[in-house]
Amino acid sequence: MSESKAMKATTYREAVKEAIREAMHRDQRVFLMGEDVGHYGGCYAVSKGLLAEFGPERIRDTPLSESGYVGAGIGAALGGMRPIVEVMTVNFSLLALDQIVNTAATLLHMSGGQFNVPLVIRMATGAGKQLAAQHAHSFEGWYAHIPGLRVLSPATLEDARGMLWTALEDPDPVLIFENNTLYNMEGMLAVDAGPVDIDTARVRRPGRDITLITYSASLFKCLDAAEVLAGEGIEAEVIDLRSLRPLDDATYLASIARTHRVLIVDEGWRSGSLAAEISARIMERAFYDLDLPVERLCSAEVPIPYARHMEEAALPRVDSIVATIRRMMSHG
Amino acid sequence: MGEFRMPSLGADMETGKLVEWLVTPGQPVQRGDIVALVETQKGLFEIEVFEDGIMGEPLVQAGQTVPVGTVLAMISSGTEAAARTEVQAEPPAAPAAAPPAESPVVPPVAAPLAGSPGRFACSPSARRLALELDVDLATVRGTGPGGAIQRSDIEEVATARKAGAAPVVALEKPVAAAPIQPMDAETSAARMRQAIAAAVSRSNREIPHYYLETEIDLSRPLQWLAAENQKRSIQERVLPVALMLKAVAKALRDVPELNGYWLEDRLQVKTEIHIGFAVALRQGGLISPALHQVDRLSIDELMRAMADLIERTRAGRLRGSEVTDATVSVTNLGDRGVKTVHGVIYPPQVALVGFGRIAERPWAEGGMLGVRPCVTATLAADHRATDGHQGALFLEALNRHLQLPEEL
Repeated sequence: MSESKAMKATTYREAVKEAIREAMHRDQRVFLMGEDVGHYGGCYAVSKGLLAEFGPERIRDTPLSESGYVGAGIGAALGGMRPIVEVMTVNFSLLALDQIVNTAATLLHMSGGQFNVPLVIRMATGAGKQLAAQHAHSFEGWYAHIPGLRVLSPATLEDARGMLWTALEDPDPVLIFENNTLYNMEGMLAVDAGPVDIDTARVRRPGRDITLITYSASLFKCLDAAEVLAGEGIEAEVIDLRSLRPLDDATYLASIARTHRVLIVDEGWRSGSLAAEISARIMERAFYDLDLPVERLCSAEVPIPYARHMEEAALPRVDSIVATIRRMMSHG
Repeated sequence: MGEFRMPSLGADMETGKLVEWLVTPGQPVQRGDIVALVETQKGLFEIEVFEDGIMGEPLVQAGQTVPVGTVLAMISSGTEAAARTEVQAEPPAAPAAAPPAESPVVPPVAAPLAGSPGRFACSPSARRLALELDVDLATVRGTGPGGAIQRSDIEEVATARKAGAAPVVALEKPVAAAPIQPMDAETSAARMRQAIAAAVSRSNREIPHYYLETEIDLSRPLQWLAAENQKRSIQERVLPVALMLKAVAKALRDVPELNGYWLEDRLQVKTEIHIGFAVALRQGGLISPALHQVDRLSIDELMRAMADLIERTRAGRLRGSEVTDATVSVTNLGDRGVKTVHGVIYPPQVALVGFGRIAERPWAEGGMLGVRPCVTATLAADHRATDGHQGALFLEALNRHLQLPEEL
């Protein structure tokens, strides 16, 4: 059945755009706002053409004031709209941290359950495009610390296409992190691709020897590494977390019960990272399944460098993932 | 050529410290000779060799602590014929640690963690697997990071065992010397407590105990004993406990299923009756050294053996075989005023006999009430090996033998 499905070639950028377009058509309360999303077509060209299709009322350019327009998005959501707010990069979202953490995430609690904030914030994250230390960090792990938020990280075309609508259906604030290195990724997507669940992790490649836990752009590095290792007889199971808050513990714990070994690959910094949280959960709930200490491969703890070779050296790479797993597996 | 190894002086022993060599390289030794002193949590033991030959250069120096099964020295045989006989001779106290002399040399068993004697670097999953497959970590060669034991190492040992091969434990090179420092009394007491804790925990975890008890009228044996002791000097006098031990041995001849080991999921009945006799130590803790072949000793021989054993236990000079080859245990808490003892079986044994205080109690017999010296005898037995029926037969036999003291 699935093989006979009509497929089309597309990109991650097009998949996100298609998701926004579908949401605008399905629900008149949905609108997009952010810096340069209208006339310029989005800093990553995600919203190119949407202004002409939907008009300035629903595709709204904002001033360079993250705190202001994220706050406006919260107000619109409280007023019955379903706003999609685009923040250019996660680094800039820190200017709106008060609105996101102190307001969007807390209002339901502060109002005694009276006011939900059905807001979706999309933002670009991650390094790899030589955008230097003020545009290339990965703070999604920070947001995953905050109760009251749902944090998603679509890696595949299906998730880029399908997570937005499900997020808009959620009555509470949802943050969607799009890794900027993925926008140009090409692939095949079902013509009728639609909403997907935003609760579960997925095994993207099954394997019996070691569990690789990762998300977003690192997923493809892990899949490439697994392919290299398969040639050496090492079968790595690759898990895409998809949702960073809440975490789908069951999927990776079940995998560890089979493989007894774990490597977590996370583009965030190691100290206090999402990888640290997952590692702690594994200690708490799968200690007796472990045959090796849990290991983590994260970014070097420096501001992400500008120079290409330095930037590459700072990030988890296919070769460093392969080398780490070879070392872990070298002991029988 | 034979290998002289660190013996296992009990199921709970994982490492031993070679304290002193009592022979020099090149010296001829005979089966049964005491060649070294070894210290464990339970104290200092004299270690015997199990074959004749010429002692080789020591592979482990005095002061080193090594895992059970480590080769301490090679023993070269005098003649080929002698060597062949001795290879088939009775294995040392630790069966698991005695591979054929020709076994290939393999890399080291997992080294104990620095500063944590008796603990091995072992992954949590491998530890759980070892428990499931009943693999002793001390016999496993770790191939993980830093020599840690991993699942694959446990699986290898279990597979080898299934294939009928004894787990091979040997050393490629001597294990690095542990820091040499005399154990102070406190550490030694704490270690003994740990050793006892390990043994009784295993017992309560693995052995489904059942308990039987019976009241025994000691009028006849005590009268006989009093008359006997009248004829003897003070040094030669016999204590009631000797009668009880002898009666236990004879009752075990009647019910042999209680004398043996539960190993590899089956009862292995032993023909020789070696009674482990719990001796409390003054510094705390206890050891149950074995009185050998009690059923064949006369009462006088038994008294002398007991006196010798108690003295050497308290002095900390027991032979390795004496702490390992008991086939059954007896505990006597009567002199502490206890009425009834419900004991914990010492694995892999399958029974423990307890005696309480000998005291005058009302005794009804033939419609008359009298006052008799009585003792409560108890049996704690492993229900995997025997049922209450055999246990009851044993207590009945015990009573019967005690009532015929002159035949003991």
